[in-house]
Amino acid sequence: MTKIFETPLYPYTRSPDQDVSRIRHPVVVIGAGPVGLAAAIDLAQQDVPVIVLDDNDKVSFGSRAICFAKRPLEILDRLGCGDPMVNKGVTWNTGKVFFGKRETYKFDLQADAGHKRPAFINLQQYYLEEYLVNRVRELEAEGKPIEIRGRNKVSAIARHDDQVTLEIDTPEGPYNLEAEWLIACDGANSPTRRMLGFDFVGRIFEDNFLIADVIMEADFPSERWFWFDPPFNKGQSALLHKQPDGVWRIDLQLGWDIDIEREKRPENVIPRLRAMLGEDARFDLEWVSIYTFQCRRMENFRHGRVLFAGDSAHQVSPFGARGANSGLQDTDNLIWKLKLVLDGKAPDTLLDTYDAERVYGAEENILNSSRSTDFITPKSDISRIFRDAVLDLAEQHEFARPLVNSGRLSVPCVYDGSSLNTPDETTLPEDTRPGAPALDAPLADFWLLDALGNHFQLLAIGTDAPDFLDVDGIRVETLRVAPGESPTFDDRYLGEKSSAIYLMRPDQHVAARWVEYDEAAVRNAVLRATAQA
Amino acid sequence: MLITTPNIPDADGFYAELLDLHESHTKEESDALNARLVLLLANHIGDRKVLSEAITAAKLKK
Ligand SMILES: Cc1cc2nc3c(=O)[nH]c(=O)nc-3n(C[C@H](O)[C@H](O)[C@H](O)COP(=O)(O)OP(=O)(O)OC[C@H]3O[C@@H](n4cnc5c(N)ncnc54)[C@H](O)[C@@H]3O)c2cc1C
Repeated sequence: MTKIFETPLYPYTRSPDQDVSRIRHPVVVIGAGPVGLAAAIDLAQQDVPVIVLDDNDKVSFGSRAICFAKRPLEILDRLGCGDPMVNKGVTWNTGKVFFGKRETYKFDLQADAGHKRPAFINLQQYYLEEYLVNRVRELEAEGKPIEIRGRNKVSAIARHDDQVTLEIDTPEGPYNLEAEWLIACDGANSPTRRMLGFDFVGRIFEDNFLIADVIMEADFPSERWFWFDPPFNKGQSALLHKQPDGVWRIDLQLGWDIDIEREKRPENVIPRLRAMLGEDARFDLEWVSIYTFQCRRMENFRHGRVLFAGDSAHQVSPFGARGANSGLQDTDNLIWKLKLVLDGKAPDTLLDTYDAERVYGAEENILNSSRSTDFITPKSDISRIFRDAVLDLAEQHEFARPLVNSGRLSVPCVYDGSSLNTPDETTLPEDTRPGAPALDAPLADFWLLDALGNHFQLLAIGTDAPDFLDVDGIRVETLRVAPGESPTFDDRYLGEKSSAIYLMRPDQHVAARWVEYDEAAVRNAVLRATAQA
Repeated sequence: MLITTPNIPDADGFYAELLDLHESHTKEESDALNARLVLLLANHIGDRKVLSEAITAAKLKK
């Protein structure tokens, strides 16, 4: 196989930092996985110098995450990587559920129209990482302060009040670095977390899954098929999902007491796949792995000057595709806050709200993914009885279908109750309340979300506000939309009202809203959204 | 509010029908029938608060 995941994308080169005793950087990111790369791109786009260290020099091996939801695609748009993702990805919206030998029902995910991005696409994680690396190269070419250092393995870390010190191993020996801020995106086994001695607690699920990506010429449609107790995998579950390039993701539950090394051998994998795909299916194995999973998180994602994001901070079961999707929401939340703190425009307590908001997000993901797992793998006789009852009823009665849980696909987190929100005193639509991510909508000649992000903005609808406002050095720009321009926009942002003012955060979440412009209220809300009031 | 006072007309007839449902079924089939019945009834009630009250009432007071 000569796959992208076998080509070094950021080979080791010697850095001048290796020839001086100790040099200090404003931000160092550990890990060039999807989350570390997203963090670095976000920083560099805003001219914050950033170094990414990775002990490897390639993208992730095998496809790992395959399902990317609308909100992460919107975040990738802001980072300049949305188009290649959506152009390459497989768009799907039909799912089928099978129980035993029978097709129980079919569902359509087609959410409400009027969004630039689809509800989901399927795409191998190595493509996402490749596009992110391409974007890093593009930023470098523009002269932005970003650098990836391959085969730079962090081997020791020490925390101080005003900095973090790192010891790094390279093929040419070790060197030291200092960072004002360290973002640890070094994955589920996070060496940073281990070296600093932080807990990572939660629930282990006693089950094994065989995950195989096969290349096959087949006319299965672009749908997600999920089997409970199929004839080809008795008493267990199975999943079939399409990726680009004729690659199919197959996930087979194997149970707990198995010999992992034995099950992974092609001579044992192939008969299982034949039983599922049919005797005459022709396919090649691209990648096989067996995994068990855990739902767990760190108690806190911020420890002074060390910030954890992505799998290093939290881990969920793959059902619901929340791993990579939620990691991108972490950096989306973190980077604008870190930028304001670095610029001296907000106190460092703003970073505590990264912890609060993303712990809340992680809890939501862990809850959803644990519930899916409990449905897919009943833990007792009675839970299996109810599970099977739901599946039997679902074939004949629509009411039971929402109870079928083969993974609740990732939807964005609404930061209800966040200290950054200004309490809402309006009767504007619920879905765009403070804490919610802005809902996209088509405007006369652009998409709303393409015009939002990276700084604070006022959205002035049917009422006016000044072009811009300076709130203690924080610039707030106004985007005006006329009612009637887009009925979808009006539904999402006005409801029954004829005017509204929304204060948007740099991560496109709503911070506050009113029906009329009031400068004092806006100023207060900006201070509040930056932990200054 | 969960109704906990008599509310089923023809109580004896209902009870007999419930037992008939389980007549000549194995324990396993009966368990499945009961589970389906609970789910159908729960959906019919549909009121999340009443369902929680019923779940609590089913545990009996200590
Ligand atoms: C088998 C498998 C299947 C999965 N399936 C799905 C799925 O279907 N859907 C989904 O959403 N998610 C899935 N995931 C999870 C998804 O892949 C992760 O959530 C995602 O990769 C997390 O990104 P990350 O950047 O936080 O960490 P990672 O992608 O793990 O990246 C961590 C990086 O840190 C680097 N690193 C580690 N230690 C050091 C060190 N000491 N010094 C320097 N660098 C270091 C590593 O080389 C790596 O590049 C799956 C994961 C696995 C393993």
